[in-house]
Amino acid sequence: MKVLQALGIVLALMLLAYVGVKVPGGRTLFGVVLPYLGFAVFIIFFIVKVMDWAKSPVPFRIPTTSGQANSLPWIKQNKLDCPSTTSGVIGRMLLEVLLFRTLFKNTRAEIHEGPKLAYGTSKFLWLFGLLFHYSFLTILLRHMRLFTDPVPGFVHALEFADGFMQVGVPTLYQTDIVFLGALTFLLLRRMILPYMRYITLQSDYFPLVLLLGIGITGVLMRYVVRVDVIGIKMLSHGLVTGKPLIADSITGIFFIHLFLITVLLAYFPFSKLMHMGGVFLSPTRNLANNSRMKRHVNPWNDPSIKPHSYAGYEDDFRDFMVEAGLPVEKEPEPKPAEEDAPAEGETKSES
Amino acid sequence: MYDTGKIIPGLLVFVGLVTFPVWYAFGTDAGPLPNPEKPTKARQCVESTEYMRTSHMVLLDDWRDNVVREGGDRRAKTEDGTEYIRSLQNGCMNCHTSKKKFCDECHNYAAVKPYCWDCHVQPKEAN
Amino acid sequence: MADTKIEQMSISVAKEPSMMTGAIPRKEWMDVPAVFKPGNYCYPGKKDIVEYLDKNLPGKLFGEPREWKVEEDDWKLPENWKEIIIQGMKERLDKFRSFKVFMDCCVRCGACADKCHFFLGTGDPKNMPVLRAELLRSVYRNEFSKASKILGRLAGAREMTFGVLKEWFMYFYQCTECRRCSVFCPYGIDTAEITMMARELLHLVGVNTNWILEPASNSNRTGNHLGLQPHTFAQNAEFLLDDIEEATGVKLNNLTFNRKGAEVLFIIPSADVFAEPGIYTFMGYLLLFEHIGLDYTISTYASEGGNFGSFTNNELMKKLNGKMYAEAKRLGVKWILGGECGHMWRVVHQYMDTMNGPADFMEVPKSPITGTVFENAASSKMVHISEFTADLIKHGKLKIDKSRNDHRIVTFHDSCNPARGMGLLDEPRYIIENVCNAFHEMPENTIREQTFCCGSGTGLNTGEIMDLRMRAGLPRANAVKHVHDKHGVNMLSCVCAIDRATLTSLMEYWNPGVEVCGISELVGNALIMEGEKERDSGLRFEPLAGMEG
Repeated sequence: MKVLQALGIVLALMLLAYVGVKVPGGRTLFGVVLPYLGFAVFIIFFIVKVMDWAKSPVPFRIPTTSGQANSLPWIKQNKLDCPSTTSGVIGRMLLEVLLFRTLFKNTRAEIHEGPKLAYGTSKFLWLFGLLFHYSFLTILLRHMRLFTDPVPGFVHALEFADGFMQVGVPTLYQTDIVFLGALTFLLLRRMILPYMRYITLQSDYFPLVLLLGIGITGVLMRYVVRVDVIGIKMLSHGLVTGKPLIADSITGIFFIHLFLITVLLAYFPFSKLMHMGGVFLSPTRNLANNSRMKRHVNPWNDPSIKPHSYAGYEDDFRDFMVEAGLPVEKEPEPKPAEEDAPAEGETKSES
Repeated sequence: MYDTGKIIPGLLVFVGLVTFPVWYAFGTDAGPLPNPEKPTKARQCVESTEYMRTSHMVLLDDWRDNVVREGGDRRAKTEDGTEYIRSLQNGCMNCHTSKKKFCDECHNYAAVKPYCWDCHVQPKEAN
Repeated sequence: MADTKIEQMSISVAKEPSMMTGAIPRKEWMDVPAVFKPGNYCYPGKKDIVEYLDKNLPGKLFGEPREWKVEEDDWKLPENWKEIIIQGMKERLDKFRSFKVFMDCCVRCGACADKCHFFLGTGDPKNMPVLRAELLRSVYRNEFSKASKILGRLAGAREMTFGVLKEWFMYFYQCTECRRCSVFCPYGIDTAEITMMARELLHLVGVNTNWILEPASNSNRTGNHLGLQPHTFAQNAEFLLDDIEEATGVKLNNLTFNRKGAEVLFIIPSADVFAEPGIYTFMGYLLLFEHIGLDYTISTYASEGGNFGSFTNNELMKKLNGKMYAEAKRLGVKWILGGECGHMWRVVHQYMDTMNGPADFMEVPKSPITGTVFENAASSKMVHISEFTADLIKHGKLKIDKSRNDHRIVTFHDSCNPARGMGLLDEPRYIIENVCNAFHEMPENTIREQTFCCGSGTGLNTGEIMDLRMRAGLPRANAVKHVHDKHGVNMLSCVCAIDRATLTSLMEYWNPGVEVCGISELVGNALIMEGEKERDSGLRFEPLAGMEG
């Protein structure tokens, strides 16, 4: 149901672009105005969100220690999973961000008769997550051929590498297949696994379907309803240089593709897609486990919160303490007081 | 604490990366827009200009498969009856005589490297 | 003991329709209300206890003291309780980056879903860490994201209602802040942080549990959870000296209380002086200190290592923890040694120096026996007993007769906090291997950083939710059963006082025949003391191997 809603929204967006460009001024709106706006929203609100996170302090060092800590010199520390230095943290973060190391360690639990719990490794989410992100990145970088002139060498190299199998004309990119395949896996996983379906929100389906829409229109433009790449580059490169031209040869499907990307950009900073920035700021991952070794300061620490004072404690129990032979700071008065005055800021309840 | 000393540079790197094409355009000189040379002899191609613009590679691919691999006929006729040869070098390049001035104009602009010339001998052209 | 018989429970957890057994829920989670019935909730805080705590801390952190009943529909909340919650949320978002980031960047990938012991044992979908967090996140979206508020349920946003509050009270008290989910989250989202925030918010409107508040308030006044007054505490501890003498023939002389000028202040979870099997751990500590001639003292004022304040809010955690440094300063000790306790070490390791430091009146801890300087505690000046003991063994300072533990076939339970909030994994293992001949690890998915909670941490170790505890402890119990069946393991060792209490009930329920002990008991039992009698029994007066006749 939720996935159909997401599909409905994406189809409506596509229709909007398709019809919109037929209206006078529509081509400029969908080809120039909205993309500029979408990109501006993306950058500005991305920064706003990250700065909003940055505004809140990290009061305590709370790394999740996932290995042996830095301890006695002869005990081998797990420097990646329980780093105590900045370089260790950088290592942990790099492996996390670049290789999704945590997901690699994922397991799956099952309960059997007995009862007996069994745990197995589960690497599909890691594999398809990684494939999706890296193919997306490659595709994005490949698109730089439309935004740069002259086209830099690394884009040529990517083009070549991505199409090295030389299948079909124009050459088939492996990443196109991998991208759509991985997205489909991620989507089906949410739709089929009962617990995934239960936790998935409409706003989890939406970006997946939107990306599928972008991927499919892109693939269609390359392999099926081919478009005038030169005309498109004049627009895309023009957008970069501030001189956008919309050639007459650009057709509806391109505007659909572009509009979906515009929506993705504008949607990004307000959605879970911000995990792209968030992964760097997670206090359980990006801190060194050295809170006994080095002192860290909490900017909102309230020095007025003091422990119940020893003096107050002794006042409460002095006679008992003396009787039990425990040392006291103040000798009891000859005649026991009826009721000791409560210490400052403290009240007493009867024990 | 706040770590703004790490977050702000991080954001700057991020903005730098996503705006790469913009500052790249400032630092490099874009060539002129592509302007493929128009043939002098013929007025009419084997298909419409729109089709040729988006799909000439498909046409050439078909020709190759049909003529070279399946032994198809080299000769064909356009809709209005003009005869032509289904061949890159003996057909297309009859009218579009210069690879450099015709093919490369757009291919270079769009960073396309067709593998036509892996087999075909590149025409020798004066610079 | 749990109300449900084990035979019935065994079938129930593996067969009854639940998300663990593959049943597909018919309703969306937002449409399933939390229903309280006897056995699935902890009793609310007593009025006088809430009053006491309220008076001792700035602000209105514990809401309005009152009598209320969880099963009734009127919780006697203040008029403006929603405002209080939302305002409290805003304040905490501004104070904790973790809270903000964890509210924003979950993608619901599902990696955490089956990592929670409460989920594995109950199959209740709201015990999947992702959904537990969504209970709070849904309100966050509604209040702090305009776009989500407009989209409402499409974006997973919903109004704060009494129904939501009930859900919070139910499920944030079915989380033990064990952090296992955080190990598996690609963004490190830590449900412990989220549960801490949710519990703080619940406290603001006076929704609380007595099992946490009473020990916390006792701890504040008397120094320990049970409210043992100084003389009782000292007498209890001294009473154990007699037991030691009876078991080993050695009379210990160097136990002192509140002694100024001692080199080391020793702080333990107070349960170790009065409750089985913690008392045997305590006997182990004392034997060890006598054996090496440590100049130490125990404080009756700071007689609680545990910190039930950490299960309520930051302020009370800080206040209770403050005693450790205050007492160290008053007594003029050089450094602090901490006993075997789980959440105490989470607080000591990750919070204490920041909250109540700097501890510049002490010295960098140095073992007077081996000369080892504990650089890893250079700032906080507090060393874990396992670090201390491992160092002693490594330097050959202990005379050990391993065979005295030959009647024990031992496995080791990594307590959540030392494992995932500290990284104390190999020290206890090193000690066990040096004092026991038979040690077997549980399966790898259930130990070290992947360890399973006892099921009763964070103040959930109360009798009124026994069924729930036995379910939540199932993953741990199941792993113990594995080594019990395979290797005949009969002793589950650990470094946590709550574990020692709760695992005992858990073992009695799921794995009769397996006992629970602290590491230091095993150490104490193996130590060859000067002037000891010929040993025929252990510290529990149980016959040693070969002495059964």
